[in-house]
Amino acid sequence: MIRYTLTRAALLLLGLFVASVLIFLTLRVLPGDVAQLIAGTNSTPEQVAGIREELGLDEPLFSQYVDWIGGVLRGDLGTSLLTGTSVTDELAEKAQVTIPLGILALTIALVFSLPLGVLSAMRRVRWSGTALSVGAQTLAAVPVVWAGMMLVVVFAVWLGWLPAQGFPRAGWSDPAAAIRALVLPALTIGIVEGAMLLRFVRSATLQAVGQDYVRTAAAKGLTRDAALIRHGLPNVGLSVVTVLGLQVAGIIVGAVVIEQLFTLPGIGRMLVADVGARDLPKVQGELLALTGFVLIVGFVVDLVHRSLDPRQREAT
Amino acid sequence: MSTPLEPGMSPEPAGMSQIPAGMSQIPPLSRSQNDGIRDTVPAPPPDAGGTSPGAAGRGGPAPTRRARRARRRAARWAWLPRLWSLSTGRFGLIVVMVVVATAVIAAFWTPFDPQQVEISERWQPPGWPHLLGTDGTGRDILSLLMAGARTTIIVAVGAGIVATIVGISLAALGALTARWVRESVAVFVDILIAFPVLIIAMMISAVWGGSLWVVVWSVGIGFGVNIARVTRPELRRVLHSEFVLAGRMAGLTPGQNLVRHLLPNVAPVFIVQLSWGMAVAVLAEAGLSYLGFGAPVTEPSWGLLLAELQQFITVHPLSVVWPGLAITLTVLGLNLLGDGLREATDPTLSRRGGSARTARTHVPEVVS
Repeated sequence: MIRYTLTRAALLLLGLFVASVLIFLTLRVLPGDVAQLIAGTNSTPEQVAGIREELGLDEPLFSQYVDWIGGVLRGDLGTSLLTGTSVTDELAEKAQVTIPLGILALTIALVFSLPLGVLSAMRRVRWSGTALSVGAQTLAAVPVVWAGMMLVVVFAVWLGWLPAQGFPRAGWSDPAAAIRALVLPALTIGIVEGAMLLRFVRSATLQAVGQDYVRTAAAKGLTRDAALIRHGLPNVGLSVVTVLGLQVAGIIVGAVVIEQLFTLPGIGRMLVADVGARDLPKVQGELLALTGFVLIVGFVVDLVHRSLDPRQREAT
Repeated sequence: MSTPLEPGMSPEPAGMSQIPAGMSQIPPLSRSQNDGIRDTVPAPPPDAGGTSPGAAGRGGPAPTRRARRARRRAARWAWLPRLWSLSTGRFGLIVVMVVVATAVIAAFWTPFDPQQVEISERWQPPGWPHLLGTDGTGRDILSLLMAGARTTIIVAVGAGIVATIVGISLAALGALTARWVRESVAVFVDILIAFPVLIIAMMISAVWGGSLWVVVWSVGIGFGVNIARVTRPELRRVLHSEFVLAGRMAGLTPGQNLVRHLLPNVAPVFIVQLSWGMAVAVLAEAGLSYLGFGAPVTEPSWGLLLAELQQFITVHPLSVVWPGLAITLTVLGLNLLGDGLREATDPTLSRRGGSARTARTHVPEVVS
C-alpha cells in the first residue's frame, strides 16, 4: 500500500507538472505575442510594451515558467490583467458558490442513480428495468444546458416554485435563499450526471449477478435478490468509487455551463467571462487550479479504492 | 487485475462532461498486467477469413483466389447484419442516417432561408407554413434546425478525423516503439486524459477566440487521447498474434504490417470509440456554441439557437424544446450506434457467444 501510494503520488506530481507546462505553453507561447493579443489591435506600442513588462514577457521562457510556478506553490495563482485582483482570492470567493453546487449535484446524482441502477439491473427482464435503462440512456444524451432550460420552464416558469436565475446578493448570510437558488442548477447537473452513473451502476450490477459468489450464496439458500444485495452490492459500490473521479470532473464541466445558464457567480461563470475577455494570466491560474483539482480528486479516489478493496490490498 | 472498469464497460462517453477526466481508472503500476488482454476482443480478424469454415471449400476443389477474396470481403461486412439485428444498433443507425440525410438536404434546400429575418412573422406558433414556428426575429425554426444539422455533422466529422489522427498516432507510438518511448507515451496519455474537453476548449479559445475549429480541435484532441488509451493495449495484443508474426516472416515492413494487419484488427474497438466520440462532439458543439466559444452568430447552430431562445424562455418556453430534442436525438443515436457496434463486433458480448468467451481465455497474456 505504501509503495502504491508513493508511486501514485509520483504520478500525480508528474501529472500536475505536465498540466502546468501544457497550460503555460498554450497560453503564453502559442499566441505568439501575448502582449499584443491582450492589448488588442488598436493599441499603441507603449501599451504593448507596458503589458509585456508587467507580465515579464521579456524574460526567457524558462524563468517566466519558474516565476509562475514559484508563485503557485506559494498560493499565488497570479493577478488579473483587467482588474488587478488576485486570482487566488477570487477563486476562493467564487468557490463559495461552485463547491456547494458541486456537492449538492453529486449528492443528487448518487441518491437517484445508485438505487435505480441496481433496480434496473435486478428487473432487467421486466418492463420497469427496461424503462429505467432506456430512460437513463436518453437522459445521458441530453445536453446539460437544455436540461436546465426544461427544468426552468417547469419549476420556475410554470410552477413558480424556484427562482429561474441568479444568486442572492447577500450570499450565504441568507442560507435559505442561497440554497433555493442552487436547487435547480444542482438538480440539472445531478440528473444528467446521475443518468450516466445509473448506466454504470446497472452494468456493474449485471456484472455482479453473473459472479460465482452470488450464485454460491443463492445456492446456499438466499433468494437471488438477497444474494445479490448482500454479496454483490459491495462490489458494485467499489466500482462506483472508481468512477467518482470522472463524476467530479463531469460536475465541474457541467457547472461551467450551468452557472452561465442560471447566472450564478461561481468559478465556471468567471472562467467563461475571463476566456471571453482574454484575461490570459487569470485564465492560466484558473485552468491550473481546475485541472489540479481534477487530478487530486483522481488521486484520492484511487487511494480510497485501493484501501477499500481487500483483494488489492493483498496484491501489494 | 485492478482495472476498475468491468468488461464491456469502457467509459461510455455521451457528453462533454463524460470524458474520462480523472486518472482514477488508471492503476499506474499495473500497466504490465493491463497490457495483455483487454476487456474487449474484436471480431475474428479479417485475416482469418481464409480459414473460416466456408461451405464452398468442403470436399470440393480448392476455392479459387477470387472466391476466397470475395468470402473475405463478405466476412469483413458480417458485422452489418448483426448490427441491424440489435435494437440499439438499428435505432442508432437509423437516427444517424436521418441526421446525415437532413444535413445533406439542408445543403441544397430548406423550407425557408434559415437566416431570413422576417419581423412580421416573429414568434409564430408551430403550424403552417412554419412547421416548428419561428424565433424572435421571424426565422423559421425548422430551417434553422436543418441547417444546424449540417454544422453539427461537419463539426462531428472534423472532430472524428482529428481524433483518429491523434488517437492512432498516440496508440501506435505507445504500442510499437522502443520500450522507454512507449512507456512515456502511455504515462503522457494517462495524464492528458484528465483534461476535460471543455477545459481544452477554453484553453484554445482563450488564445484564438471562439470558432467551430475550437470544437473540432478540443474534441479531437480530448477524444483522440481516449481512443489512444483504449486502442493501445489492443494494438499490443494484436502485435503478438500469429498472423502479424507471419506477416513479418513473409517480409512485410513494419509499416506494411501496421496498415495491413494491425490497424484492421483494432478497427472494431476504434470505430466504437469514434462513434461515442462524435456524440461528444455534438454535445460539445452545442455547449461551446451556447457559451459563445463555438459557432459564430452568422452560422446556424443548435447550441446558438438554444442560447438565443433561452432569453425568451419565460414568454415562449415551447420553442426551446426543438433544438434540444434535435441534439438529444443525435447524441442518443450516436451513442446507441456505438453500443450496437460494440456488441456487433465483439463476440464475447453476445449472449449466445459462449464459445467465444471460453476461447478468449486461451489468448496468451502478452506482457512487455
